[in-house]
Amino acid sequence: MKIDPDKCVACGNCVAVCPMGAIHIDPEVGRAVVDQDECVECFACYRGMSKEHLNPVMVRAIRKTARLFRFRFDPEPDICPTDAIVPQDLAWPRIVRRAFSDPQVPHESTGIHGRGTAEVKTNDVTARVNEGEAGFVVEFGRPGVGTRFRDIERVTAALAELGVEFETNNPVTSLMRDPSRGLLRGDILGEKILSAIVEIKTKLEQVPAVLRRIKDLGREVDTVISVGVSTRCDTEGNDSLRGMLEREGYAAYRGKTNLGLGRVTVRNEA
Amino acid sequence: MTNTLHRYSEHYALEPAPNPAPVRDDYIVFAMASRGINDDDLVEKYRGFLHLALKHKPVNIGDATKGGALRPRQDMNPTAHWRRGHQPDPEQVIAGIEGHTTVAAVFDNYAAMEAFVEELKAADLGISVNISAPMAEAERCCRDAGIVRHSVEYSLGFRGRVDKLPDAKTLELSTMCGHGMLSADFVRKMVDWVKENRRTPAEAARYMARFCTCGVFNVSRAERIIRKACALQR
Ligand code: SF4
Ligand code: SF4
Repeated sequence: MKIDPDKCVACGNCVAVCPMGAIHIDPEVGRAVVDQDECVECFACYRGMSKEHLNPVMVRAIRKTARLFRFRFDPEPDICPTDAIVPQDLAWPRIVRRAFSDPQVPHESTGIHGRGTAEVKTNDVTARVNEGEAGFVVEFGRPGVGTRFRDIERVTAALAELGVEFETNNPVTSLMRDPSRGLLRGDILGEKILSAIVEIKTKLEQVPAVLRRIKDLGREVDTVISVGVSTRCDTEGNDSLRGMLEREGYAAYRGKTNLGLGRVTVRNEA
Repeated sequence: MTNTLHRYSEHYALEPAPNPAPVRDDYIVFAMASRGINDDDLVEKYRGFLHLALKHKPVNIGDATKGGALRPRQDMNPTAHWRRGHQPDPEQVIAGIEGHTTVAAVFDNYAAMEAFVEELKAADLGISVNISAPMAEAERCCRDAGIVRHSVEYSLGFRGRVDKLPDAKTLELSTMCGHGMLSADFVRKMVDWVKENRRTPAEAARYMARFCTCGVFNVSRAERIIRKACALQR
């Protein structure tokens, strides 16, 4: 992301809005600037802020005068008053930042395959995770910390050693040069992103071992990891995962419950 | 993409208190169609889902490709400083649905969520429906509505460099946008503005909601948390 110095009036609103803290007002030039190495191209500033289209020269003059009288400039805090935030053209490998950070990016535009699966959200019609199996979503960087691919690789390589199976229709897997060893493409390792989700599937009885390994690996990375684990319930609606998680000392307080209301309708009508 | 799984509450504190207070004002029901399986008449199905939701007074509804009932606007003018409309616009969400997406409705009480789920069961839209909430509450809802749970996914909280995370109150607010679009700095700024009496808790919650691109931000819960964070009686 870039800020147009001709338009920016240094109101400072975008500074707090950036989840990565990548924007600051440069006192030398009196404009907001984006630290390109820290910016993950999430578009929270560009899309999340409302925009007025005020004349920058006029706004600067008003602000200058107000400052003389020590008036407080109190604009709406989620507005860029002069529409000064401008997306830039992204080339490889920087484009992976947007692919993993902007939830609304048109995915095909980034050249990365897979969007991540619907996990168990559509399990009632896809049967992705069956009874006796566990699906893991291991997420790096959220909330609000961000991560670089080299940290993700540290974990995927270690998980590969455990013999886990990486979900093929997943963007991180699509960037692996060697999925059997969990190794990622070398040219993206330094790229910073808001978050990436690694998806793996194991047998249910492997859950404690995988969780312990992830816990240990958490000490070796420079970011936060959040973990979700799923399974299919039995015919009575019971699941054997909860007890297992509690025995391992996890809170497992909240999560998602698939109600099983989905069914095949396309084929029925054909 | 996961967007409501890891909503922080005290239960996920590294050293949780012995009996953290249950979360009783945050229930999300969302629907998702699968390509080639049940995505026929998908726009009607999604719109039907959200229309049913509106009968039960959700605190937010959303379309993951376009946003929630409160959205940023690109066409504001200077009068916004004094005359800004802060009202959510759920009809805009419903009218804007165009194709594949996830639609969600957020409730701040169990009864509304449960009544909605019962109606959904009867409506038999054929698309996948999930509850994202405390697991025991979702289980209770299934029992009450006569539904057998199909699958479950548990959030196990945060690991790794948790020292980089903000304080608990900020996290409770910022993780209500699971995609991380709501910055911790902005949350802190808004809470400070409420403390300074520059904005009300309701206004602060609405500023935050606009950054959530799926419309799953719970404005009502946010207001409660902001009041608590500011120790406000008003
Ligand atoms: S919000 Fe807009 S005008 Fe204000 S500092 Fe940021 S880019 Fe400049
Ligand atoms: S695109 Fe995201 S990370 Fe980059 S400056 Fe804007 S808000 Fe910050």
